[in-house]
Amino acid sequence: MDEILRIEHLVKTFGTNEVLKDIDFTVSKGDVISIIGASGSGKSTLLRCINMLEDATGGRILYHGKDILAGEVDEDRYRTKVGMVFQSFNLFNNFSVLDNCIVGQTHVLKRKKDEAEAKAMEYLSKVGMSQYIKAKPRQLSGGQKQRVAIARALAMDPEVLLFDEPTSALDPEMVGEVLDVMKSLAEGGMTMLVVTHEMAFARDVSNRVIYMADGRIEEEGSPREIFYSPKSPRTKDFLSRFTSNK
Amino acid sequence: MTIAEMNFFQRMIYIIQDYGGSLLKGAATTMVIAIVCTLLGCVIGFAVGLVQTIEPHKKDGIIRRGILRVVKFILTAYVEVFRGTPMMLQAAFIYYGTSQLFGINLGMWSAAIIIVSINTGAYMAETVRGGILSVDPGQKEGARAIGMSQPQTMLLVVLPQALRNIMPQIGNNLIINIKDTCVLSIIGTVELFFTFRSISGALYMYFEAATVTMIIYFVLTFVCSRLLRWAESKMDGPSNFDLATTDTLAFTSGLTRYDSKKGGTH
Ligand SMILES: Nc1ncnc2c1ncn2[C@@H]1O[C@H](COP(=O)(O)OP(=O)(O)OP(=O)(O)O)[C@@H](O)[C@H]1O
Ligand SMILES: [Mg+2]
Repeated sequence: MDEILRIEHLVKTFGTNEVLKDIDFTVSKGDVISIIGASGSGKSTLLRCINMLEDATGGRILYHGKDILAGEVDEDRYRTKVGMVFQSFNLFNNFSVLDNCIVGQTHVLKRKKDEAEAKAMEYLSKVGMSQYIKAKPRQLSGGQKQRVAIARALAMDPEVLLFDEPTSALDPEMVGEVLDVMKSLAEGGMTMLVVTHEMAFARDVSNRVIYMADGRIEEEGSPREIFYSPKSPRTKDFLSRFTSNK
Repeated sequence: MTIAEMNFFQRMIYIIQDYGGSLLKGAATTMVIAIVCTLLGCVIGFAVGLVQTIEPHKKDGIIRRGILRVVKFILTAYVEVFRGTPMMLQAAFIYYGTSQLFGINLGMWSAAIIIVSINTGAYMAETVRGGILSVDPGQKEGARAIGMSQPQTMLLVVLPQALRNIMPQIGNNLIINIKDTCVLSIIGTVELFFTFRSISGALYMYFEAATVTMIIYFVLTFVCSRLLRWAESKMDGPSNFDLATTDTLAFTSGLTRYDSKKGGTH
C-alpha cells in the first residue's frame, strides 16, 4: 500500500481545552475516508491540523515519511499536495471562476498561463461549471460555488483532498450536485478525507469510516463494520440517534 | 461703472473676469496637491496598515518579535500624533522646523506635498487596517490552503478586497484633502483658498469672492465624488456575466448573455 499520510499521537489544545487527544491513523493512496462524529468532537480541527491551518500541539504528521510538523517539508509546497475544500467555500471574491482556478497554478506552481487555463477548464468541465468561467463567486449558488472550489483544489494536482463538511452550508436541493462530484472523484481514484454528516455518502462511497468522539478516534473500520456492526456502544448510540433524527 | 455701483452678480462677474486665471491656477494647485497627496497617503496608509496587521510567525525568534513590536509602536505613535493634531500646525511645525533645526528649506511644493501626504497616510493607515480586518478570514485560508505564501495571500487576495472595501473612505479622504489644502496657506502655498484671500483683500469684496470660491470648491468635490462612484462600480464589474455555451476548451467561442439579477443561477 502506498502510504501518503501517517498521523501519530496527534494532540491539539486550545488553551486548556484538549480538542484532539492522541489521534492515530494513516491515509493511503486511493483511500476515501469519512470522518463522522458529534459536533465539537474535533473533526474540523483534525483536518485543519493536517493542512497546517492550525498548529498541532504534539505528535507527528508524516507525509511520505517526512514529519511536516518538524519542518521537514516546505509548508507551502506541502499545502499544494494536500488540498482543502471548506464548508464556506472560500472562493476568492475578487476573481472570476476561471481565475480562481488559475491563480494558484500560475503563482504557486509557476505554470504557464495557457497550461493553467487548459487545466482549469478541464476540471471546471469535470464539475460541470465550465459555462460559468466568467462569473464572480457572488453570482453563483452555494452548490455551484462548492463545485468551483473543488475544481480549484483539483487544479493544483493534489495527492489528497480534505473536505470539511462540504455540503453543510448548502440548501438541501444543492447537496446532491456536490455529492455527485465527490462520488465521481472517489470513483476516479482520488484520495480523499471527508468530514461529513451525510451518512449515506460515508456508507456507500468511502472505503473507511472514522468515528470521532471527544477528540479521540472511538472506532475505525469499513463502512460495513461501522454502520452494521459497530463495536463501541458510543458509535452505536451516535448512529442510532443520527438515523432517528433524520 | 465703479465697483461701488455694482450689484452682487456684477461683482462676481468682475471677479471672474479679472481673477479667473488666478482662481483656475489656485484650483489646479489645490487639485494637484489633493490628488497626489491622496495617492501618496494611500501608499503610506497601505504600508503602515499592512505592518500593523502582521502577526508574528510562530517560528519567529525573540529578536524578530522585538523588532516588529518596536516598529508597530513607532507606527502607532505616528498615526496618533498626526490624527490628533491640526494639520495647520503640522504644516508650520514641519516647514519651519526643518529650516530651523536642519537648515533645509523645503520648497513650497515639497513642503505642501509632504505634509498633506503624511497626514492622509495617518488616517489611511487606520482605514486600511480596518479594511484588511474586514476581509473574511476564510479568504486567507482559501489562499493558504492552495499553497500561497503569506505575501502572495496578501497581494493577490486580501489587499485587492481590502482596497475595494475602503474605496469610499479613499474618496472621502480626497474630498477632505481638496478642502483641507487651504491650511497650507499658512506656509504660503498659492492654492485656491490663498487666491481667495488675495482677491478679497485686494478688492474688499469678501462676500462675492467667497461665493465664487465656494462654487469652485463645490464643483471640484462634486465631480470627484461622482468619478469615484463610477470607479467603484467599475471595480465591481458587470452584474451580468457571459455564459459560455460550449462545454469544451473553446471557451472563447459562442457566448450568450446571462443575467444573474434575474436569478438564473438557481
Ligand atoms: N480557534 C479555536 N479556539 C478555541 N477553541 C476552538 C477553536 N476551534 C475549535 N475549538 C474548539 O475545539 C472543539 C472542536 O471543534 P471542531 O470545530 O474541531 O469540532 P467539529 O467536530 O468540527 O464540530 P462540528 O461538527 O460542529 O463542525 C470545540 O470544542 C471548539 O469549541
Ligand atoms: Mg467542523
